[in-house]
Amino acid sequence: MSDITQWLVVWPVLIPVLAAALAVAAWGNRRAQLVVGVLGIVAQGIAAIILFAHVWTHGVLAVSMGGWPAPFGIALAADTLGAGLTVAACAVALVITLFSLADTPEHCQRSGFFPLLLALMTGVAGAFLTSDIFNLYVWFEVTLISSFGLMVLGGGREQIDGAVKYAVLNLLATTFLLIAIGLLYGMTGTLNMADLSVKVAALPNSAALETVILLFLVSLGMKAALFPLYFWLPAAYHTPLPTVSAVFAALMTKVGVYALIRVFTTVFPESGDLARDAMVWAAVGTMVFGALGALTARDIRRVVSYTVISGAGTMIAGLAIGTETALLGSIFYVIHSIIISAALFMVVGLIIGWGGNNQIDTLFGLYKRAPFVAIAFLIIGLSLAGVPPFAGFWPKVYLVQAGLGEGAYVLVAAILVTGFLTLIVVGRTFALVFWRETSEKSAADGYRAGSLRIGTITTLTALTFALGLYAAPIVEASLRASNELLDPGPYIDAVLNGAGEHP
Amino acid sequence: MEDAFAMVVGVLFALSVYLLLSGSIMRLVLGIFVLSNATHLLIFVAGRLTLEEPPLIPDMMKVAEPGFANPLPQALILTAIVISFSLFAFLLVLAYRAYQTLGTVDTDEMRYAEPEQSLTSLRGRDV
Repeated sequence: MSDITQWLVVWPVLIPVLAAALAVAAWGNRRAQLVVGVLGIVAQGIAAIILFAHVWTHGVLAVSMGGWPAPFGIALAADTLGAGLTVAACAVALVITLFSLADTPEHCQRSGFFPLLLALMTGVAGAFLTSDIFNLYVWFEVTLISSFGLMVLGGGREQIDGAVKYAVLNLLATTFLLIAIGLLYGMTGTLNMADLSVKVAALPNSAALETVILLFLVSLGMKAALFPLYFWLPAAYHTPLPTVSAVFAALMTKVGVYALIRVFTTVFPESGDLARDAMVWAAVGTMVFGALGALTARDIRRVVSYTVISGAGTMIAGLAIGTETALLGSIFYVIHSIIISAALFMVVGLIIGWGGNNQIDTLFGLYKRAPFVAIAFLIIGLSLAGVPPFAGFWPKVYLVQAGLGEGAYVLVAAILVTGFLTLIVVGRTFALVFWRETSEKSAADGYRAGSLRIGTITTLTALTFALGLYAAPIVEASLRASNELLDPGPYIDAVLNGAGEHP
Repeated sequence: MEDAFAMVVGVLFALSVYLLLSGSIMRLVLGIFVLSNATHLLIFVAGRLTLEEPPLIPDMMKVAEPGFANPLPQALILTAIVISFSLFAFLLVLAYRAYQTLGTVDTDEMRYAEPEQSLTSLRGRDV
């Protein structure tokens, strides 16, 4: 394998961090930062696509940093799941960035929006592509630090309040993750996930191992906003700028879900019965309580935040079932949810712009004023609820099919009930916000969305529609990713043997 | 020696849980700081304690024999210290900003992001 090829894994992580440094260097020059921000994410996306194409034709690609022989060095490895999610994350991040050019106030763009966004993308790509569990913790911290900065951008009272809870609880979660990693290192003497996979399988099934696995479930579950540890999410996700909420909803919880999938398929494929039982109930609780939370919330941004939670539960349901079809459903749902969560928060930003406030009981008759937003919201909402022919339908079909096949009737019932509750949420929000007649003139009558915001939302809406009509490519990629997860042999081989040659 | 260290880690964890259960942001922040330091010690113990041994492998050997100090935990802890310290600094600034903006350090009184939903709000705040 040539040196140049191995660098392919590194570029999606390296490009945004270099661009972030460049954007910081251009501090004070908004236009330069903007150009660096957009170009940085475009370049990262191109690198991710090239990497994905390589992984698709040649299989898992691994590289050991600094030329240390595996498993001693920090290894980066791209399989179909990691590379595919990096592509999806870059694509949606680009759309959100274009949206932000029109949506984010200029003073917020000046105070570090672009460098922080690029740093966040570094962390997200790093987490998707690393094969070292301590390195995973470091990438979590990179996303966390940049997300703190993005969260308080603008500095309103609500934001500071949300940021305090977000910061404290997420720091707790990453510290728990570090504890789990430390204990696992003490038991196995390695941090490389491929090496861990081999060594954990050789460990006797002890209470200590079970504890470590549960610690991983708790810490990563907190990151992914699973029941009963999701309370930081509705306290915080609605407070920042709509763009920032869109980035968080699309990428941050997905990183947690990805880490759960990776850790529980590669590192602990067989062990941890207690954790697997816990995962079933966590998934059921997350789905149902997320949907119920969305029903009770009045702030439209919190309605959307709660749907992000029930989405995380659906993804974990597939992991809890654990078969090929179930993981296919989970992975498809992750991609669907990356698109849909970003689109929902962007649409909500426009709804608040047009309606002048954010309470669904005081928003009226927006259909007349903004028919485009109404239609976009309806399509995205129906896709969220899992109504055909939109993209949200297919992953649920696979999950229900897998659940019925494995006899996981509780999960199947929870998925169907959640879909129904989400449909009620979408219908109710649509009826209240768009269809209700209004006589009074709104203070925000002069609001103009602009073609950039309309265009970006149209892109994501069209994407969820197109993926619903023609789901074959995503199904094929997800199927391959789930097969790789269930048979980690080639991944382990690539990391332990392929990564020996240094770049 | 491992037992003694393990007990110190346990005491620090207990202390941090006590601090984290408090409603005051300052104690929360200190609790997180103690928790991350306890975690660093835990990694140190998990990486095997050795006394007065260099972390060096003789020229002819490929794998360290028992008795050699393990340099990896120190590298991990160094990384973790840098991260946790910078986040501690951020949390301190955030806590101070919260005190300035919200006028309280009591998390029970921070209801701006999640206002109580009853129409007759108990605190009567117009949010």
